[in-house]
Amino acid sequence: MQVPAPFDYRRATSVGDAIALLQDYGPDSRVIAGGHSLLPMMRLRLARPEVLIDINHLTELDYIRVDGSFLKIGAMVRHVTLQTSHLAAEYYPIFAEAEAQIADPLVRNRGTVGGSLCQADPAEDLSAVFSALKANVVIAHRSGTRKVPISEFHTGPYTTILEADEILTEVEVPLRSNTGSAYEKVERRVGDWAIAAVGAMVRIEEGLVSEAGIGLTAVRADHFRAKEAEDSLVGRPPSTEAIAEAASLAATHCDPFADQRGPEDYKRHLVEELTKRALSRAMNRSLPEVH
Amino acid sequence: MTDVKDKPDGVGFGRVIRKEDARFVRGKGSYIDDIVLPGMLHGAVLRSPYAHAKIISIDTSVAEKHPKVKAVITGALLETLNLAWIPSLSHDVIAVLATDKVRYQGQEVAFVIAEDRYSARDALELIEVDYEVLPAVVDAKRALDPGMVVIRDDIENKKDNYIFDWGSGDEAATEAVFEKADVIVEQDMLYPRVHPAPMETCGAIADMDPISGKLTIYCTTQAPHAHRTLYALVAGLPEHKLRVYSPDIGGGFGNKVGIYPGYVLSVVGSIITKRPVKWVEDRSENLMSTSFARDYHMKGKIASTRDGKILGLRVDVLADHGAFNNTAQPTKFPAGFFHVFSGSYDMEAAYCSVKGVYTNKAPGGVAYACSFRVTEAVYAVERMVDRLALELDMDPADLRMKNLLRPEQFPYTSPTGWEYDSGEYPRALQLAMDIAGYEDLRKEQAEKRANGELMGIGLSFFTETVGAGPKKHMDILGLGMADGCEVRVHPTGKAVVRLSVQTQGQGHETTFAQIVSEVTGIPVADVEVIHGDTDNTPFGLGTYGSRSTPVSGAAAAVASKRIVEKARLIASAMLECSPDDLEWTTGRWQVKGDPSAGKTIAEIALAAHANLELPEGVEGHLDASCVYDPPNLTFPFGAYICVVDVDPGTGKVKVRRFIAVDDCGPRINPMIVEGQVHGGLADGVGMALMESIPFDEDGNCLGGSFMDYLLPTSLECPSWETGETVTPSPHHPLGLKGVGESATVGSPPAVVNAVLDALKPFGVKHADMPLTPAQVWRAMQGRPMRTDLAIQ
Repeated sequence: MQVPAPFDYRRATSVGDAIALLQDYGPDSRVIAGGHSLLPMMRLRLARPEVLIDINHLTELDYIRVDGSFLKIGAMVRHVTLQTSHLAAEYYPIFAEAEAQIADPLVRNRGTVGGSLCQADPAEDLSAVFSALKANVVIAHRSGTRKVPISEFHTGPYTTILEADEILTEVEVPLRSNTGSAYEKVERRVGDWAIAAVGAMVRIEEGLVSEAGIGLTAVRADHFRAKEAEDSLVGRPPSTEAIAEAASLAATHCDPFADQRGPEDYKRHLVEELTKRALSRAMNRSLPEVH
Repeated sequence: MTDVKDKPDGVGFGRVIRKEDARFVRGKGSYIDDIVLPGMLHGAVLRSPYAHAKIISIDTSVAEKHPKVKAVITGALLETLNLAWIPSLSHDVIAVLATDKVRYQGQEVAFVIAEDRYSARDALELIEVDYEVLPAVVDAKRALDPGMVVIRDDIENKKDNYIFDWGSGDEAATEAVFEKADVIVEQDMLYPRVHPAPMETCGAIADMDPISGKLTIYCTTQAPHAHRTLYALVAGLPEHKLRVYSPDIGGGFGNKVGIYPGYVLSVVGSIITKRPVKWVEDRSENLMSTSFARDYHMKGKIASTRDGKILGLRVDVLADHGAFNNTAQPTKFPAGFFHVFSGSYDMEAAYCSVKGVYTNKAPGGVAYACSFRVTEAVYAVERMVDRLALELDMDPADLRMKNLLRPEQFPYTSPTGWEYDSGEYPRALQLAMDIAGYEDLRKEQAEKRANGELMGIGLSFFTETVGAGPKKHMDILGLGMADGCEVRVHPTGKAVVRLSVQTQGQGHETTFAQIVSEVTGIPVADVEVIHGDTDNTPFGLGTYGSRSTPVSGAAAAVASKRIVEKARLIASAMLECSPDDLEWTTGRWQVKGDPSAGKTIAEIALAAHANLELPEGVEGHLDASCVYDPPNLTFPFGAYICVVDVDPGTGKVKVRRFIAVDDCGPRINPMIVEGQVHGGLADGVGMALMESIPFDEDGNCLGGSFMDYLLPTSLECPSWETGETVTPSPHHPLGLKGVGESATVGSPPAVVNAVLDALKPFGVKHADMPLTPAQVWRAMQGRPMRTDLAIQ
């Protein structure tokens, strides 16, 4: 049996309490939410926090709601909740599509939205989803909160801008009219990480693409994003040619490396193919009568 | 299909609910890790991070000071006990703990014994090992290159990484056939390294009683008696003071045949500490260090006439055996039963050669439901037949039908000397094609191809080779492959049957009760099965190679028949008639012509234990035993058809349908047979599409966790469609043949043939397993990858 190194455990009673505990215990403490990434790493002794600060009881962070012009998702929302949320699906079907392909039901029952983003695995799906949706993350610290675009949140594999005594509390997604979204993923087997996956958001106004978001995961795209491809679409009418050009740009500007999921050329091909599929479906969904 | 109501009387063969399910579905099974003994300590193994390195020094002093550590064992200590090395199952040795070098990543270096498993693991981190890293031999194809580093410099005068050459068949006759053939097709193919990956990993508890000197080893073993004898021979322990006890086992698939260093270390640990020592490996330890399977690089060559009559087959194999030659098979067959590779087809000549080499990888080689490498053999011939069909532009079903052995050819002697006991091959293939709707599938495929959609139909016809085996041909480390069985009928007519074989999930507690019941008429519910405990069961070599039913099942049938014959003599005394005047109806001897005058087996059993005056020469009680030395192997067979859809944009394969017609002779319990077939088919989908253990250039194992070594889930499997034909074995007392590994043997080529059939429009002729999305896409580009090495 794989067993973790010794560690201590504290249960946080509020966001403020969690931040205070993080300050007390310093950089050798770790927040634990669903634990489906952290616990396996601890059992393999790849992670060895001295103290776990459990935020599973912070139900105040478990919500999906519309607030003004944003869809707001609390950090402690479990994957299964987002997967089955009619509210989220009403605005962005990409959530249900992506969530249905994240890991397996056991992981989705426990794993959380905030935990996924903070783990910052380079093959994580929601990072691509929120990148496509140009979301913001809300971060709580000792003296208040700060809000940053998702495109600034990740600083590299398994690293984020979070300070040692900060907690991600919410992800907010701007509500948009005339917008479609879709997610495309290829994995070797259900439950495996993506070989590559693409999330797309397209807003069409007066026959032209007014806003586009393309999120990529598992292919070392800068901030999980295909910026050049997004830019190429804006201002153009939706067309097969525009999609193909964007897909080609997405494939060019990512930086996949070979591993047992596939060689570099295949991953680049997948980015192109899946970008086409995701954009095409997102455009078909961006019908004016939706909102 | 799983209606269990067709045996309302509960006697004999048929669909009865498994006896063992009552405890398993309640979570009341007792596996090795459930067993807790008073005062038990816990062991953990320190393993090598390197594939190949000299050990300069090992410092255990800090670990020994850990407050909960009781002992730290190194190779140096084992050397003083003459236990640093133990014999392998193939004329070689394996290291229990490395003394000179480590030879694969994950090899055992030290063993910590502590009061709890957490402390044992913590203390592993306190051991300092100084290594000098050596170049690793990773690519089997380069293992014999001049100047390559020598892995086994522990063997005197060893100057290379060569193990053996072996061949079977008539090489000259085979070459002569190739000379005259119209068509010759050659194909290189790899059966990659895969792992049995049982749900329960391996483990043991050794409990040495310092007073009586009795050593009890609770162990995840498929072969408890063989283990006991080997412990006695290797460690010099007196066999009568050894008890091997195999509790419930959570899957074996060949993984639990051999003796692993962890078992030996538990024994040494218990002797040293005078307390029970438990060792249970974790998942990564299981995947990285215990017996793998396959790793056969095969060069196939098939010859035929222009109209598709197969003339001959040749396969030359490079076998990667890892760092120690520790494959498990009958002694005189270093490639197992691979030489049954001419398969199910009539041909003039066949020849195979196998060259074994060492590499810096975990040892093993025969494991994982392979019937001693029949899996590799079936894959080779079934891929070659499909390659031939492609070359001849013939439908692969037509080509198979044209060349299958005909019923009148049985018993059939193959070009390499096997005598196939019985078979009706065309009937099975036709049934599979009927279930599949083969003609309609081909029509659908043609329509889809016209639209650019990729649909594939793959066939496989396999002949299994199971029930090892006749003592005159087969032994393992000198132990003949016969199995004992004892049946005792209690005075009240209930019975107990004691077996040498050990279930790992196959349902022996049910099926062996059914065998006894079928012969004696005692209800299945009234027959208790005892197995897995060397103190309470007769000797035999255990369960692997689908041998339980063909060998031990035969022993149970013969012992039961002896019971019935003894019952006849006792009944004749009870009825005061001649035994010749009695006839057997299920469970009862009765007077011919007077059915009212008879005695049931229960009445006879009571009389046998009472004061009845028995006929001369008949002893009291009602029991019998048998040691069964099988006259031949049995040869189950089957026809499989797989239908896949391939996404042309991503290379992703979806198995849409799988039709499996199996002929294993009469079925003891059709429900259990179907369950075993279902499991084997899932195995096949896994091997064909996702399972492999490649190594990078430094010899790092890239399949060491379930994140990397992917097993199929229900979502990758279709709803299996099964069918059966019944061709009894002429030499088994009940006609039974065995089925445990059939589906694992037969299904991978069907899946691979289906995927390659789907890719035909791209001119793809072959790609090696696993056919992951990347591999399929690369094949479509004409650049399939080697799957034994890290993807570049």
